[in-house]
Amino acid sequence: MTVIKSKVNRRSFLKSSALAGGGLMISFSWLAACAPKEAAGLEMPDEWFDLNGFLKVGNNGVVTIMAPNPEFGQNVTTSLPMIIADELDVDWKNVLVEQAKFNTDIFTRQFAGGSQSVRQGWQNGLREAGAAARYMLVAAAAKEWGVSAGEIKTENGLLSHYNGKSAGYGEMASLAVGIEIPEDLALKTPADYKIIGTPRKNVKGKDIVTGKPMFGIDYEEEGMLTAMIIHPPAFGMRLKSFDGTAAKGMNGIKDVFTIQSFPNDQPRGYFSTDAFTDLVVVTGNSTWEVMQAKKAVQVQWEKSPATKITTGGFGRTQEVTVPAGLESSTDHYEQMQSVASKPGRIERRDGDPEAAFKRAAKVIERSYTAPFLAHNAMEPMNFFASVNGNDFKLAGPLQAPEMAEQAVATRFGVPLENIDIKMTRMGGGFGRRAYDHYVVEAALISQKAKAPIKLVYTREDDMTNGIYRPSYHATYRAALDEDNNLIAFHAKAGGVPESPLHANRFPAGAVDNYLAESWQIDSNITIGAFRAPRSNFIAGAEQSFLDEVAEAAGKDPIEFRLDLLKRAKENPVGERNDYEADRYAGILELVRDKSNWGQAEAGISRGVSAYFCHNSYVAHVLDVEMVNGEPKVKRVTCAVDCGIVINPLAATNMVEGAVVDGIGNSMYSHLTFRQGATEQTNFDKYRIIRHREAPESIDVHFIQNEIAPTGLGEPPFPPVFAAVANALYKATGKRQYNQPYMVQQQISLG
Amino acid sequence: MASFQLNINGEQQSVDVDPSTPLLWVLRDHLSLKGTKYGCGIAQCGACTVHMNGTAIRSCSFPVSAVGNQPITTIEGLSENGDHPVQKAWLELDVAQCGYCQPGQIMSAAALLKANPNPSDQEIESSMNGNLCRCGTYVRIKAAVKKAATY
Ligand code: FES
Ligand code: FES
Repeated sequence: MTVIKSKVNRRSFLKSSALAGGGLMISFSWLAACAPKEAAGLEMPDEWFDLNGFLKVGNNGVVTIMAPNPEFGQNVTTSLPMIIADELDVDWKNVLVEQAKFNTDIFTRQFAGGSQSVRQGWQNGLREAGAAARYMLVAAAAKEWGVSAGEIKTENGLLSHYNGKSAGYGEMASLAVGIEIPEDLALKTPADYKIIGTPRKNVKGKDIVTGKPMFGIDYEEEGMLTAMIIHPPAFGMRLKSFDGTAAKGMNGIKDVFTIQSFPNDQPRGYFSTDAFTDLVVVTGNSTWEVMQAKKAVQVQWEKSPATKITTGGFGRTQEVTVPAGLESSTDHYEQMQSVASKPGRIERRDGDPEAAFKRAAKVIERSYTAPFLAHNAMEPMNFFASVNGNDFKLAGPLQAPEMAEQAVATRFGVPLENIDIKMTRMGGGFGRRAYDHYVVEAALISQKAKAPIKLVYTREDDMTNGIYRPSYHATYRAALDEDNNLIAFHAKAGGVPESPLHANRFPAGAVDNYLAESWQIDSNITIGAFRAPRSNFIAGAEQSFLDEVAEAAGKDPIEFRLDLLKRAKENPVGERNDYEADRYAGILELVRDKSNWGQAEAGISRGVSAYFCHNSYVAHVLDVEMVNGEPKVKRVTCAVDCGIVINPLAATNMVEGAVVDGIGNSMYSHLTFRQGATEQTNFDKYRIIRHREAPESIDVHFIQNEIAPTGLGEPPFPPVFAAVANALYKATGKRQYNQPYMVQQQISLG
Repeated sequence: MASFQLNINGEQQSVDVDPSTPLLWVLRDHLSLKGTKYGCGIAQCGACTVHMNGTAIRSCSFPVSAVGNQPITTIEGLSENGDHPVQKAWLELDVAQCGYCQPGQIMSAAALLKANPNPSDQEIESSMNGNLCRCGTYVRIKAAVKKAATY
């Protein structure tokens, strides 16, 4: 075996080994229903031996590996343990996976977001966890057999020596406990991988298809009450007074009271955004009873004045003013158009763009818009809390447990060690569950109710009390010379209330004269991370525009991009270009070949788009067919470079999902405001892509390389928007500038 | 409040609830059958799909008082060991992402195949169209329905 030496943080492993024995891994009885035992059909061992906080080996050789990160469908419950198992050199058939508890003593970055779970897990300890345990087992066998460790081989959970001695991991497990691990651990090279790079099914598949209780909304404990909130009917409104008498008299209702999530004078963390701070709460015995009682609470609302809040994200305390007013989407679009016509904040400037635009033979200028979007994870927002004095027991679906723990500690003035967080599987997240207001709300309700409670949002609460994807606007200008060379490029982008601009992304670096500007418009509508923040809009605008520029230059859209990337590779403009031109070109070439680009097919119109974000590169070719005058996406061909692919089965599924999500959001989804209230409150009005609108096939191809793996939750999503727009243009002759493309009554710039 | 005798997954169950209570909440809150999911409450997403007399219904919009003695099957009762053809096909093709919508998708698919053992693409699309999947697993779902039809 070729070895790579790796520096391991020995202290953290020793610490985790010691802690692992302390009963931290005992799962809640609630989980008994989904114990991995039956699912895997494995004999359970009589005894477990914790080799480090990431894994334990049973005396019969069965291994339990902890899935450290929160799961919301990105399948890290399978792929992260695969990385550990490969280094441990164990047979995947003998591996059980358990969702780890939130525990910063053992695990780093237990966070779902930014497409970072695989990338950072790979860099920060997963491989070492497997390799360290393997080292300990080998050392134990060497001692037992009186041979040198270097002479012992491992394979699929078996230790062997050329003198004929062999033993299963289970037989050596008790002797391996506590063996010191060295500073340098040998890690495998790609040629030795047996599990990484092979298709492995979702380890929770059986639990999912049999309906096991695994989501936060399924969580329950003895004596638990159901709680729901009533929040203002519009942004810009706040609670004035309420009368809960009638509601309290209803069957099964315990209480009606108010809570205040984050006091305005208390600095709040980066993820402690909330739409509404003062809320009315109804508690009761069952969901339906509480839902009915909500309607019986008499609430008076009033217009909220401009409010100052203090945010303390990443050590930067800052006072922010939330403006007053009842906002409407029609006003937003007018404001955006007006601000976009004025100079913005210059984020990057190369060469002399003004002069280049002056001497251009052709100038193309186009503007693009997108509406607010609601995350609408299928599992509505919910969280369990049981607060007993200063003890906080919390459980539920969340992407950022570490930030949530901090938020609760700050809000209640208790030390972190008083807070116990259990991460349940999430029925989707898309960024929404990175925010922790609902965790704080649940804790406040439990404290006040003096009982364990589960806070549940109705779908309407979920959709109208959101932390939305902002509404955006971008204007692009391109200058071509007489020979149709791109001599200047200008991007100006903004939104309500943030700019989507990424100033250093392609085609920055490929054009001599370049200008990027941003702007934003204040708003009291709460916004936050939504699958590939900012990229989810700007990629669509940029890649639609490049299609149009390529056409104006009389060039094939793929060749046009490849020429620019060649320039960026050979003679880049500027130094801060946020992409590798080679890898970017690689996906375009792969998608060109795999889609048979350039070969006409009757009735099929095709669009191409490519993007780099969150460390991975993705290109799509999307085929549209007109059926009864309506466009139907037939087929999508995808080329992906995310380095080493840990689990091709799950990775393919992830790309397929992002493609469907991108088609849905670009063509159908939008959230509009009127007088501060969303005009869509449930799935009758809010459009999410449905079966009939999904493509017939999605064909996913990965670049094969040995680059350290990067994530896939986000990168395949942003490039879909322009692939759709560019294909629709070919199918209908009409360019798409305003999302969602298929909504006729969309608010547009006219 | 009123008492209702229900036939759920082949067992007689008795619950004492308000007659307007949707079957969904009876299953989830009173019988602790959590596999049937809440997604919208207004018959728009299919997460709450169960079978009544073998046909798919949206339990969020079906009051318990209207069930009577008609047999109800939930995801927990679809098969003994999770080996209904639809469940097998779902596992075979590794359909799920977050998994939240999947019990509803599976119940809709099972009802479809019972009524139409060999559905065309269009038939699959139209009878599954009421089941939303926010993770976008539609392509796999369609393939899994077809696969289940071959078992
Ligand atoms: S919860 Fe019943 S259809 Fe959505
Ligand atoms: S798998 Fe997540 S909603 Fe369908």
